[in-house]
Amino acid sequence: MRTYHELRDPDRSDLAGQISAQRKRVAERLAGVGRVMAVMSGKGGVGKSYVTAHLARALARSKRTVGVLDADLNGPTIPRLLGIDHSPLPTSQSGIEPARGLDGVRCISMAMLLEDGAPLAFKGPSAESFVWRGAMEASALRELLGDVVWGALDALLLDLPPGMQRYVELCDILGAPPAVLTVTIPTPESRDAVRRAMRAAVDRGSQLLGIIENMTGQGFAGSAGDDLAREFAVPVLARIPWHPAPDIWNALGARL
Amino acid sequence: MKFLCVDCDKQMAFEERRLPGDGTLAATFKCPTCGRVVAMLTNPMETQLVSSLGVEIGGRTVPEQPFETVRKMVATGRDDAFAESTRPNGAPSWSAEAQERLARVPNFVRGMVKRIYADYAKERGIAEITPAVMDTARNELGLEGM
Repeated sequence: MRTYHELRDPDRSDLAGQISAQRKRVAERLAGVGRVMAVMSGKGGVGKSYVTAHLARALARSKRTVGVLDADLNGPTIPRLLGIDHSPLPTSQSGIEPARGLDGVRCISMAMLLEDGAPLAFKGPSAESFVWRGAMEASALRELLGDVVWGALDALLLDLPPGMQRYVELCDILGAPPAVLTVTIPTPESRDAVRRAMRAAVDRGSQLLGIIENMTGQGFAGSAGDDLAREFAVPVLARIPWHPAPDIWNALGARL
Repeated sequence: MKFLCVDCDKQMAFEERRLPGDGTLAATFKCPTCGRVVAMLTNPMETQLVSSLGVEIGGRTVPEQPFETVRKMVATGRDDAFAESTRPNGAPSWSAEAQERLARVPNFVRGMVKRIYADYAKERGIAEITPAVMDTARNELGLEGM
């Protein structure tokens, strides 16, 4: 009996072709984006979204055209940080227009699509939903990337949730690993978690742009930023205190 | 996924897909040589896994629409998340061929049928209802005879 690869007739479903078309759609949409940068950590609560939003605004103030994709589908916070309300997103056959936030930053987030206060829930069988939920979230992420009319951007920042799953999905959807900005707080606990994330990013082939050490000064003891910078031979791009002045963000933007 | 008629050693051809509306899927395949038809029946979890990839078994009859998965599959989505700028009130337009087909629907159910197709298109961000969209909707929603 012949096996799969020995059957040569066209397959009308052409599922592989449909997946390939999805990837092409993302690639075409992002063709006008100068640089895709993932802001990630591997550790929760270190201020990735806060850093992403303020970095995006600093880049925009320096006359660069910037977009932010809030890839934290289950805990989206970027719209609030960019001062974006819940106006309906303009839609056309070519795609969905991104919202405009403070300093003109373009943004898309699941927060704009969900009912106020509602969790991200999908239609479908509830039993064994772990089997398909990850794939569903990856499809939603693909649509946030490929169905938004980003236009020409100097930079698209991707605000990732804690952990590595979304980063891996992004690599698959983009077809190439994005450059990575890493956020940590000074503590050794954060360092250990962020180290794993950075190692995974290196293994996938991402360019490590550098480390941003957040919440420095009072409160947290440690040297995670310096430790990781030394270990991965990358710069500490910024040390962000609890109450940063705007020029800290401007200086960070100038380094990227 | 391919099906082989072992007796004829021929690849079977996709015939038809049905979504009865209970989360299951039925797809039939026919041997081009002996005519034997087999049905592939998937349970709700298997059907969902395929849907979650944003692909269509049997191939796409309608081009993928912006945010199709989000619009179709998110259960907690905002009603006013999108402003359909190309169409007043977000209502899809009807092609001439689709209008002709709709006109053949008995008068007493035509309004209901029209609303079902319009809701189907709106949920998926489809701007224009064509006969292909109607066929797809009928299959997916189990609307035989509409």
